[in-house]
Amino acid sequence: MLEDFFKVVKKRFNDDEEEKTPVFKCPRCQTAVPMPRYEELHRVCPACNYHGRLSAAERIGITVDKESFHEFDADMKSGDPIDFPDYTEKQEALREETGLNDAVVTGTALIKGSPVVIGVMDSRYMMGSMGSVVGEKIARAFEYAADNNLPVVMFTCSGGARMQEGIVSLMQMAKTSGAVKLHSDKGGLYITVLTDPTTGGVTASFASLGDVIIAEPKILIGFAGRRVIESTIKQRLPEDFQLAEFMLDKGFIDMIVERRKMRSVLSHLLKLHGYNKKEV
Amino acid sequence: MDEKKTAWERLQIVHTKGRPTVRDYIPLIFTDFYEMHGDRLYGDDKAVIGGVARLDNRPVTVIGIVKGRDITENKECNFAMPHPEGYRKALRLARQAEKFHRPIVCLIDTPGAFCGIAAEERGQGEAIAKNIAEFMTLRTPIISIVLGEGGSGGALALGVCDELAVLQNASYSVLSPRGFASILWKDASREQEACEIMRTTAEDLVHLGVAEAIIEEPLGGAHNDLDKISENIKEYLSCIISKKCEKDIDVLLKERYTKFRKIGEFSE
Repeated sequence: MLEDFFKVVKKRFNDDEEEKTPVFKCPRCQTAVPMPRYEELHRVCPACNYHGRLSAAERIGITVDKESFHEFDADMKSGDPIDFPDYTEKQEALREETGLNDAVVTGTALIKGSPVVIGVMDSRYMMGSMGSVVGEKIARAFEYAADNNLPVVMFTCSGGARMQEGIVSLMQMAKTSGAVKLHSDKGGLYITVLTDPTTGGVTASFASLGDVIIAEPKILIGFAGRRVIESTIKQRLPEDFQLAEFMLDKGFIDMIVERRKMRSVLSHLLKLHGYNKKEV
Repeated sequence: MDEKKTAWERLQIVHTKGRPTVRDYIPLIFTDFYEMHGDRLYGDDKAVIGGVARLDNRPVTVIGIVKGRDITENKECNFAMPHPEGYRKALRLARQAEKFHRPIVCLIDTPGAFCGIAAEERGQGEAIAKNIAEFMTLRTPIISIVLGEGGSGGALALGVCDELAVLQNASYSVLSPRGFASILWKDASREQEACEIMRTTAEDLVHLGVAEAIIEEPLGGAHNDLDKISENIKEYLSCIISKKCEKDIDVLLKERYTKFRKIGEFSE
């Protein structure tokens, strides 16, 4: 009986809201935004300017010149290095669902005419976690850029190391950081764009190694997760802890750039470092 | 070597009270150890110990993450969980070693980098990332040994090396079994189960290409015979450092890069 009562209340409550339009609820300010409006704004909350998550394809679409993207290693798929239960099956389901083969897309592209190697992580694939494929694709991207005197622009978004690959995932931190260093020692420019969320083993490797580190507004950046810290120190953390603005204040990022200005800022930075329009 | 012990049983050995710590080993493996302090940026993290010493007759730089032997020592060294300044001290000493052409010995024994407000504010992620990238190209041989626990990025910050050795009962993992169970199954009490599937034993690490050598422990564990285990570590170090010092440095660096570059399993 009580259950029926709740059903009625729930139904009435639901009826009050817009019935059919899906709604995005901002994780920062809790404002409800109709999904079409939110998508029109490229997934930026109109109330608080929180920059929500984009798929890799959406990100590439709003960042690079039309038709200029050429993907690397599109078919690379992860093995199962520690024979983790259901890992292979889980990935097959995710491939079906997302159309991705793993959590990062890499390739070459032009940004307002300047050639770059670009990498974009996608949080829909196991929270953008880094395993063998993410490590290998990122290392190859930096090696290619080093060999061809190209800059690298990397959009990060990750929960950290991929637990299902155990210690092998930890080693990807060394693999990717080594490749960043190789590219850097050859004089290559590396611009990191931190997007929501960038944490754990990705923060503690290639995401923190950019010559220029940009972040989108209000996004989460950190090494340890909020809950882990709260349970270690047994107290609540301030609301703004680990947000982009907090990290800017602490000196770990160079600038916060809004999504609508990102392409133009990247283009200017590339040109300021001498990476000009490709002469055709 | 008793290879029949499970990962969980070995973890219990590593957690045995009285298991030797970096402070126990240093005087038995090295001579003339002079400890150096501070990162020259913020402070002196007592979770990381470092300095110059001799191994046989050769000057070396020793850097270790240190556990306490009792509660007083553990409070001081924060239970071997470094803050960013600890990793930055390690990097300072590593660069000093490169300048004076000394090989580096890293002794790893940590549950992981500390998770706290101050650690985040001072850039825990950046400090670890910087160490990983810089150690990759330091122009001097680096040997790392996991003595007990090698916990995650906090261990890898001293784990980019030319060769990694693991004590027989030690483990090296992406996360503690407890954290692993809690993240994957939302149930920390399944830590024993996690421990067995994580593939963190010395033999697993060699098999996965993460470690190159296993250092044998006395029967029942390192705590049963400190002299013997120190002798085993010293013997390993003397041999491997002589070998690495003979190599051309550019060849060594290429091999170091490749060692990490080839870890991973994928198809295309």
